[in-house]
Amino acid sequence: MNTRQQSKLIYSWYGKPLGSDRKLRTSQYKGILITSESSKTETCIQLGDFILVEGMNADQPYVAQLVDLYEDGAQHKRAVVHWFCRLEEIPQNKRKMLKREISAQEVFFDQVLGYDTDIAAETIIKSIMVIPLHLGEELPVITLNKEQTFYVKQSWDGKCFKVLSPDTFSKLKEANKTRGVVTNSSKASIPSDIFTPEKKETESVVRSATKPKKIDMGIESKHSSSKSSLSKERHSQRVANNDIKTPTARKKLELNSPTKSKGRLLGYEVLGLLDEDCDAIAPSEPSATKRKVKFTNDILGSPPKIRCSNDKSKSTSQSAEHHRRFSDTMRLSPYTKVKDFDDKDKNIQEKDDIPSLGGYQSSQSPVMTPRSRRTCVQKTSALIAEQISMLDQEDFLSDSDSSYSSSSEEEDDDDDDDVPCTPEKKTKSSRIFSTPKSSRKSAVHTPAKTQRKTPLKGTPRTPRNATPEIPRRIQVAQEPTSVLEEARLRLHVSAIPESLPCREEEFQDIYNFVESKLIDGTGGCMYISGVPGTGKTATVHEVIRCLEQAAENDEVPPFQFVEINGMKLTDPHQAYVQILEFLTGQKVTATHAAVLLAKLFSTPGPKRKTTVLIVDELDLLWTRKQNVMYNLFDWPTQRHSKLIILAIANTMDLPERIMMNRVASRLGLTRMSFQPYTYKQLQQIVSSRLKGVKAFEEDAVQLVSRKVAALSGDARRCLDICRRATEICEFARQKRAPEIVRMAHITEAIDEMFSSPYVNAIRNASLHEQIFLKAILAEFRRAGVEEATVQQIYHHHVALCRMEGLQSPTVSETMAICSRLGACRLLLVEASNKYLHMRVRLNLSQDDVMYALKEE
Amino acid sequence: MRPPARPSSARAAASLREPRMQPMKPSAMSKRKLKESSAESAECISQVQKILRERFCHNCTAGKLFGMEQQYRHLLELLRRTTVHGESNSALVIGPRGSGKSTLLNHVLKDLREMEQVRENLLEVHLNGLLQTNDKVALKEITRQLQLENVVGDKVFGSFAENLAFLLEALRKGNRTSSCPILFVLDEFDLFVHHKNQTLLYNLFDISQSAQTPVTVIGLTCRQDILELLEKRVKSRFSHRQIYLMNSFDFKQYIKIFKKQLSLPAEFPDEPFAQKWNNNVQLLAEDKAVQDVLQQLFQHSKDLRSLQLLLMLAGSAVTVHHPLLTAADLQEASRQHSTDSKANIVHGLSVLEICLIIAMKHLNEVYDGEPFNFQMVYNEFQKFIQRKAHSMYNFEKPVVMKAFEHLLQLELVQPLERPWARAQREFLLLRLLLDSRQIMEALQLYPNCPTDVKQWAASSLSWL
Repeated sequence: MNTRQQSKLIYSWYGKPLGSDRKLRTSQYKGILITSESSKTETCIQLGDFILVEGMNADQPYVAQLVDLYEDGAQHKRAVVHWFCRLEEIPQNKRKMLKREISAQEVFFDQVLGYDTDIAAETIIKSIMVIPLHLGEELPVITLNKEQTFYVKQSWDGKCFKVLSPDTFSKLKEANKTRGVVTNSSKASIPSDIFTPEKKETESVVRSATKPKKIDMGIESKHSSSKSSLSKERHSQRVANNDIKTPTARKKLELNSPTKSKGRLLGYEVLGLLDEDCDAIAPSEPSATKRKVKFTNDILGSPPKIRCSNDKSKSTSQSAEHHRRFSDTMRLSPYTKVKDFDDKDKNIQEKDDIPSLGGYQSSQSPVMTPRSRRTCVQKTSALIAEQISMLDQEDFLSDSDSSYSSSSEEEDDDDDDDVPCTPEKKTKSSRIFSTPKSSRKSAVHTPAKTQRKTPLKGTPRTPRNATPEIPRRIQVAQEPTSVLEEARLRLHVSAIPESLPCREEEFQDIYNFVESKLIDGTGGCMYISGVPGTGKTATVHEVIRCLEQAAENDEVPPFQFVEINGMKLTDPHQAYVQILEFLTGQKVTATHAAVLLAKLFSTPGPKRKTTVLIVDELDLLWTRKQNVMYNLFDWPTQRHSKLIILAIANTMDLPERIMMNRVASRLGLTRMSFQPYTYKQLQQIVSSRLKGVKAFEEDAVQLVSRKVAALSGDARRCLDICRRATEICEFARQKRAPEIVRMAHITEAIDEMFSSPYVNAIRNASLHEQIFLKAILAEFRRAGVEEATVQQIYHHHVALCRMEGLQSPTVSETMAICSRLGACRLLLVEASNKYLHMRVRLNLSQDDVMYALKEE
Repeated sequence: MRPPARPSSARAAASLREPRMQPMKPSAMSKRKLKESSAESAECISQVQKILRERFCHNCTAGKLFGMEQQYRHLLELLRRTTVHGESNSALVIGPRGSGKSTLLNHVLKDLREMEQVRENLLEVHLNGLLQTNDKVALKEITRQLQLENVVGDKVFGSFAENLAFLLEALRKGNRTSSCPILFVLDEFDLFVHHKNQTLLYNLFDISQSAQTPVTVIGLTCRQDILELLEKRVKSRFSHRQIYLMNSFDFKQYIKIFKKQLSLPAEFPDEPFAQKWNNNVQLLAEDKAVQDVLQQLFQHSKDLRSLQLLLMLAGSAVTVHHPLLTAADLQEASRQHSTDSKANIVHGLSVLEICLIIAMKHLNEVYDGEPFNFQMVYNEFQKFIQRKAHSMYNFEKPVVMKAFEHLLQLELVQPLERPWARAQREFLLLRLLLDSRQIMEALQLYPNCPTDVKQWAASSLSWL
C-alpha cells in the first residue's frame, strides 16, 4: 500500500507539438498521456475529450471539456477547458428555476464568466463522456458506465438556465463522436510491440488484477483522506494511477485464482478487451463513484486476491442468495475468521472451476468473448439489482454512522472488478452487503455511497438532510390591531429594519474591505469589536446582504458566505466541521475537517469562489494551543485561499490579551471597533423603527435613550425598555384612554428593570430574618471584620429579641433563617455541615442593609 | 402535546407516600353509640383529610393565588402574546423559596390552556436545573419534549455538537407567523448559569431575540443576584424582564390565607359538616392562642410552605373522635415545628455523655471557642470528679472514650480535620456543635439529672 501511495503519475505530451508560439514560448499539443510510474499503464486524453478535473470536494470532481493543451514558458503543462456545471454547484435558490428533477448524471453547459479556464494539466483525473440531449428528452437507460457518462440538456449562465443552442449542441455531439474514434485510434496507435511479452501478460491480467488495485487506490484515497492530508493531496493522481500494479498484489492474485493462468490470455484477446474498453470509455479508469467510496481500509495486503476469486464465483453464481452468502463469508474472512476463510477459500476455488466448465464467464476466463460475458453479467446484475434495490434503499437510509468497515468495502471492490463497466452490478453488490441486518457493522459504510448515488443532495429521502421542523401553528398568528401592538412588534429586537441607522460609517468600511478583497480575488482578515448590543453582527449581515445583491447584479464576483458562532459550537474544533459542511456539504470529524479545509484553502481551485467567513464570538474559539484561531487566520494568508474572514468579538484588545503572537500577527491590523451608541443614536434607532406609528412621546424616547446610553449603550436594552413601556401603557389604558407612551411609563419600565432587588427583598423579609440581618450588622461592628459565624450572630440575635420582647428562636430556626437568606443570596454562607461554626458574609453593602431596615 | 411531569408534582409525590391517616376504629363501646353517625362522619373526615392533603402537598392549582395578582397579569399577558402574536420574549420569575413561583406559573399555564386560541398553539418544554445538569442532557431533553427525535426515524442522536446544530437548525427554520411558539420553562434557573459557556442560555435568548421560531423563555429562581451571574453577551440578549415575588403581605392577610387554606370548599358533599368545619376555622382564626401561634410563625418565615407544614401537622390530629381542629392542636404542631433538633438529641444521652458535653462547654468558655481534644475534655471531667470525690462517676478512660466517640457519631462534636488523618484519636482536634444556651435548656428538660451535675453545668467553679 505504501508503495502505491508513493507511486507517481507522470503527465507527458502525446504526439508532437501541433504548433508553438515563439513569443510566448508555448507549444500546443493534441493530447496528454498519463502514465503511472510503477505500473507502466498509460491513458491518453486528447483535445475535445470530456474530462473530470480535481475539484474542491474530492467526491465531486468538476466536469469539463478539454479545449487546449499547451506547455508554457516555465515548462508547466497547462490545459484550457470549458466547464460544465453540476447541480451541486448551482446555488440552492436558483435550482428551483429548473422546475424538474435533475438526475445526478445531468450537468449544465457552463456559461458563467469569471471562472478560470486555464488549469494545470496535472489536475485532470480522467476522461468521461458527456452526451447532449434535447430538453424534453428522457435520459437514456444507462447500462454501462453510469458514473462516467454525463448528460447535458441546458446551459447555465449564472442567472438562468437556457436550452442549448443548436450550435453548441452539435458541437458537443461532434466532440463525442470524434472522441470515440480518437480514443480508439489513440489506443491502437500505441505501438503494441512496446510491450514485451511479459508486459502483455501483465496487461492481460490488468483487466482483472488492476481493478482490485484500482479500487485499492480508491480505497486508499478515501482512506487517506480521512486519515492524513498528505495522501489526500494527490488523490486524483492516485486515482488515475489505477492501472498500477504492485508486484505483490499481482502475485497473490495469481496464487489465489488458479483458473486464470497468465499464459492463457492471448494477445488478440487483450486487444479485443482493450477495444471494447475503449468503446465503453476508458474502463481502466475508475468510475467516478468508485473513487468516492469511502474506506477505512486498514489491512490491504491480502484481501485483493481473495476478492478476485470471490468475484468470479459471484458472477457465475447468478443468484442473489449466492452473492449474499459469499459476501457474508467473505466479508469476514480476510480479517477475523481465518480458519473460516480457509474453507471458504476452497469453496471459492471450486466455484471458480465451475464457470469455466459451465460456459459462464468469469472475468478472467478466456474461453468466451468478453462481449458475451458482459451481457450475461448485465442481465443478472440488472435482475438482482431490481430485486434488492428497494430493500437496500431503506437500509442505508437507516444507517449513517461514520464508522466504516473496510472488509465489506473491499467486497464491494471485488464486485467492481468483476464487472467493471456495469454500475448496476456494483450497486447491487453493495446492496447485498447492506441487506443482512445482522451484519450491521459491515453495512454501515453504505450511506456514504448511497448519498452519492442519490441524484440530489436535497432529495427528501436522504434522512440526513431531513432537518426537522417545529410544527406549524394551527391558528394563524394575529396581526397587531392597535397602535401599541404595532409599535411593540416593530420594537422587538428581532424585527429587521430596512436600514441600520447610525452605523453607516462602519457599514461602509466593512463593505469596502470585503468588496475590494472580492474583486482582487485575495483573502484577508478583519477584526470587529464592540460591547454587546452595538450592532456588530447586524451590520456585518447587512454588508453580506448588500454584497449578495451586488453579486446578483454582477457588480462583484460571486462568493460563498459562511457563518459560525463560537457560542453555538460545543467545542472550538467544531468550527472546522461547520465550515466544511457549509462549503461542501460533507460531514466529517473535526480533525478530518481541519485537514480538508487546510487543503482546500491552500491549493488553487480553478472554479472556487471566494469565501466570506463570519466568525462571531471569536473569543470562544480560544483553546490552549490556539490552533483553531491560528488556522482560521492563517488560511487567508495563503496565496490561493480566497478567504475573507470577519471576526467579531466583544473586547477591543482581544488579540493582545488572549492570542499568542503568531495568531495575533496573522489576524493583522485591520480592526474596527463599534462604539456604544450615544443617546442621539439610540433615539434615532427607536424613532426610525417607529416611523409612521405615533405611539411614543418625543420626550419619552429621549428619556429612554439617555438612560440607556448612560448605562451601557446597548440598543437591545433600549428596545426592550420601550417594549415594556408599551405594555405598561396598555395596562394603564384600561382605566383611562391614552394610547401613547409617556415619560411615566418609561420611568416605570426602567425602574422595573434596573432597580436593585435587594432592598425590596429585605423589606419584605419576615421579622426574624430582619433581626438576623441586624444581628449580623451588630456582630460586624463588634468584631470589625465583615465575616462572622452563626454562633456569634445567634448570640446577638437572642439579645436583640430580648430587647424587642420577642420569644427568642431556637438554633434550628436560626439556621433555617440563615439558609433562606443564603438561598436568596442576601448572605453568602458556607456549606451548612459546619452548623454553628458556619461563616456568614453579607452579599450587599452594610449601608444598603441599614437603609432597607431603617425605612420602616 | 402533553406537558411532562412538573417538578412540583415530584415534590408532592414524596409527601403522597406517607400512609393515609385512617380514622381510628371506634372501640366496641362507642361503636353502638355512634352507630348511625360514625359511618357518615368517618367518610367526612377522610374527605377532609384528602382535600387538605392535596392542598398542602401538591402544588395544587385549584386554589387561589395570594397577593400576586399583578405578577399574574403580567405573566399571563406575556404568554398570551407569545401564543397569539408569536412574539418572542424572555422573563425571570424571582422570589425566595416558597414564595409561589411555580404556583404562579402553573396557574398561568392552566388558565392559558383554557383559552381557545392558545390550547393547541403552544409547545411547552420544561427543564429543571437539578435534572438537566449540563447542556448535553438539556438538549436531549428539549429534543424529546419537542418530539423532534421522531423526525429522523429511530436514529439516535450522535454527538452533542450534532444535537445542538440540529436543534438550532430546526428552530431557525421557523418564523413568527407560521411556526408554533415554544415556551421554555427553566426551573432552578440559577443552575443553568453554571453550564459551560452558558451555551444553552445564549442560544435560547438569542433565538428569542431574532426572527426565528417564536420562543418564550421563563426562568424561575430564588437568587436575587441572578443577573450578575449571566455572561455579558447572554445578559445583553436577555430582555431584563423580571417578575419579583416577595411575600409582601401583612399579618391580617396571613390570617386570611390561613382561613382559606383550612376551609372546605362549597362543593363538599356533606354540607352540614362543611358548615360546622368552616365555622370552627373562623373561630380558630379569632382565637388568641391560635393568633399567637400564627404570629410566631409569621415572624419567623412568611413563606406559605411553612404554614402549610404547620397545618399539615395540626390536621393529622383530626380523627372521628376529634373531628374539629382546636387551638391545642395548632399549639402542639407549632411546638413540634419549632423544636431544636440538636437539643432533642441531648435528651437521649447518658449522664456520662452529658458530663462530657458540660466539660466541653467549660473548655469553650475558658478558651473562647478554640478547638479541643479528647484529652482536654477528659482532664476537665477528671477534675470535676476528683473535686467532688464522687466515686459513682469514676469511669475508666476507655469507657469515657467510648462515650466520647458516641458523641462524635451523633455529630454533637465535629473534628476539625478528617478523623483518619495521622493524629491519635485522643488528640484529634474537635469542636462542639452546641451552643451553651442549647445545653442549658436541654439540661433543664433532662430527666433525672443529678443535682451536682446541674450545678457544675451552671458554673465550672461550683465545686468551690
